[in-house]
Amino acid sequence: MTQTTAHHHAPPRGFLRTHVFSLDHKVIGKQYLDLALVAVCTGMALSWLMRLHLAWPETPIPGLGKLAPTGAAGGVITPEYYLQLMTMHGTIMVFFVLTTAPFAGFGNYFLPIQVGAEDMAFPRINMMSFWVTLVAFLVLIASFFVGDGPALSGWTAYAPLSAVGKDAGPGQGVGQTLWAVSITLFCVAQLLGSLNFITTTLDLRTKGMSLARMPFSTWAWFITSVIGLIAFAVLMPACILLILDRVAGTSFFIPAGLVISDRLQPHAGGSPLLWQHLFWFFGHPEVYIAILPGFGIVSHILPVFARKPLLGPRVMIGCLIAIAFLSYTVWGHHMFLSGMNPFSATLFSVPTLVITIPATIVTLLWIGTIYGAKLRFTTPALFCLGFVSVFVSGGISGFFLAQPSIDTYLHGTYFVVGHFHFVMGVAAMFGIFAATYFWAPKMFGRMMSETLGKWHFWLTFIGVYCVFMPMHYLGLAGNVRRYSAFTDDYLKPMIPLHQFITIAALFTGAAQLIFLFNLVRTRLRGPKAPSNPWEATTLEWSTTSPPPFDNFGGRPPVVHHGPNEYGATGAGGDYVMQASLPSAGPA
Amino acid sequence: MVPPAAPPPTAAPRTASEPSPLEAAQTGVWLAIGTICMSFAALTSAMVVRQGAAPDWRHFQLPHILYANTLVLLTSSGTLEWSRRRIAAVPVGTASLVPGLEGLSGVYLTLALGLLFVTGQVIAWRQLAAQGLFLATAPSSAFFYVFTALHGLHVVGGLAALLYVLRRLRRMAGPVPRVALRAAALYWHFMGALWLYLLVILATRV
Repeated sequence: MTQTTAHHHAPPRGFLRTHVFSLDHKVIGKQYLDLALVAVCTGMALSWLMRLHLAWPETPIPGLGKLAPTGAAGGVITPEYYLQLMTMHGTIMVFFVLTTAPFAGFGNYFLPIQVGAEDMAFPRINMMSFWVTLVAFLVLIASFFVGDGPALSGWTAYAPLSAVGKDAGPGQGVGQTLWAVSITLFCVAQLLGSLNFITTTLDLRTKGMSLARMPFSTWAWFITSVIGLIAFAVLMPACILLILDRVAGTSFFIPAGLVISDRLQPHAGGSPLLWQHLFWFFGHPEVYIAILPGFGIVSHILPVFARKPLLGPRVMIGCLIAIAFLSYTVWGHHMFLSGMNPFSATLFSVPTLVITIPATIVTLLWIGTIYGAKLRFTTPALFCLGFVSVFVSGGISGFFLAQPSIDTYLHGTYFVVGHFHFVMGVAAMFGIFAATYFWAPKMFGRMMSETLGKWHFWLTFIGVYCVFMPMHYLGLAGNVRRYSAFTDDYLKPMIPLHQFITIAALFTGAAQLIFLFNLVRTRLRGPKAPSNPWEATTLEWSTTSPPPFDNFGGRPPVVHHGPNEYGATGAGGDYVMQASLPSAGPA
Repeated sequence: MVPPAAPPPTAAPRTASEPSPLEAAQTGVWLAIGTICMSFAALTSAMVVRQGAAPDWRHFQLPHILYANTLVLLTSSGTLEWSRRRIAAVPVGTASLVPGLEGLSGVYLTLALGLLFVTGQVIAWRQLAAQGLFLATAPSSAFFYVFTALHGLHVVGGLAALLYVLRRLRRMAGPVPRVALRAAALYWHFMGALWLYLLVILATRV
């Protein structure tokens, strides 16, 4: 096997091959991240529109009337348009931000380098994966510009609402079909991506890079890929069945005798619950697809700034594997109110509580790692601490929701909105921010501004607590979610709190301009980054910033150490790099 | 913070004992097999649930041509395996595959049989349509079309992979195209096994 030293593909020539249709995993990783950046700006703008309407439901939003003459005539959002905005916000954020950035983006860029490979196992499939993701995003966004707008059935697209067609309301015609096509394409892309990640991890590790020596971030991306390979393999056929119900007249999810908009639907015998089972069999593991890369990123970054090894590295990896396994046993906790057999609810409640055990252990390991450490309070370290904080805040509310009897009261309220935004949305975003500040020197060869980074962190950290913590109280007070306004009923007294949340959301969103400015400025003219500015151990810091085309300049590294050797007496400081010679650190 | 100089990466000529990209194709196919199994498991469970959800399940006789198609697909697995073994028997150091070129005839035959299988499946669809059984006629016919169409698409993907491998086998010697052939053969055998499973499911359920 001597030919393996050759790179999979030759260095690209020309702008298109280098920057657009590139086979280089690093370029593809950055393309994913840029796509996620566009997606997150879109998703956040939609949330602002929803928040403005919730706080001041009768006040026109300037300019919106022209953008959406049907959904927001005169600038005032209709209830249906509110649901359309909500659906697009959820879909964009879950699929094209929380899956795309921490997993596909950073994973693509750093997994091959961290295992000492020159590229992904299948570079062409890797490129195809990105372009299919982009097409999926464009198809979804196209639904804003067709017929009566995008779908309104939520990011979960519950049948029969999502399956019956235009009778079900605005956006349920072409818009919902585009949604289903987009998600089918997204599934294809993620399956290809997951396959690449797993194969690269299993087969392309450099000499000495045993599984035990893999960085925690690589472990997390690897485990996430395994989850993705199973989860998206279920959602894809489910979406195909949904499309057939919509365009081919089948009845997989549509029951008999359904009258919508005074019209008897020409379907019979389908099971709406079947969609929910198929969707949530994907949907709950998807939560972990979004958050596990964050676990890996925090476990990777915290020891760098604590200057201590991560506490219990093997326990950490064991917990990640346990979470991945258990994630496939809990999907029914999303369906406690669905009419499912009540005994099933108990069955799903138990593993839901059990999965909190490895999640709690992971959290304690992070806290144990920083305990007694002389922490370097850099921006990535702050975002890691913020990640732990919001993950715990959101996780604790999960204990309540895991009980079917309590969930019955809370499920349809803002308590759930606050819960999943903290534990999945904000936590994953903090992981993305930590990763961006940490790896920007490697990706762009330039340092991000620490001053701007810290301003960004503190304003965001305070902001997200102001936005999502009050939602828990709203939920306990019985404030239902998915309603577009609370004008004439018992919820009216809660409007001032909604106004506070809206102001906080606008404030937090504005704080992201600091991040955007810092990012753009860094990419254009930030100070040059050395190869290892954070004094970290893993292989990406053994190569130049940014790395050459083949990552290691034709000299694949040999690994002699684990990723966790901080606080040791090494040749270059209090750490030992993975590629250092054996004599450089403790045996 | 003054960063210490990063240690230079050690030049590391790869050895036979370490993992190699050559194994990646095989790993990739195994993973693809895993994910395809998961998709069809999801569809199977959907079919079981849907059958029990309402009394509108309609049993019908499977077109007999499906059994002939099965024989064609299984035979194509045999011809591909024969070809793979013939080509694998040629020493790696041989400058060209000329001694093993007759092995390529098995790949051609597999391609032809694969096309015949897909054509046979389309004929089965036409026979069902002639009986008035379309996609939306009944849940049983819907699942029949979904299963056979998705399997057929995967078979067409396998044919494309075989064409790609054939081109590489004709162009270059060495281990790379043989590994690709091994991976493609593994996928093709799985297509046969998956079809057998689907045939049993369809024969017993619809």
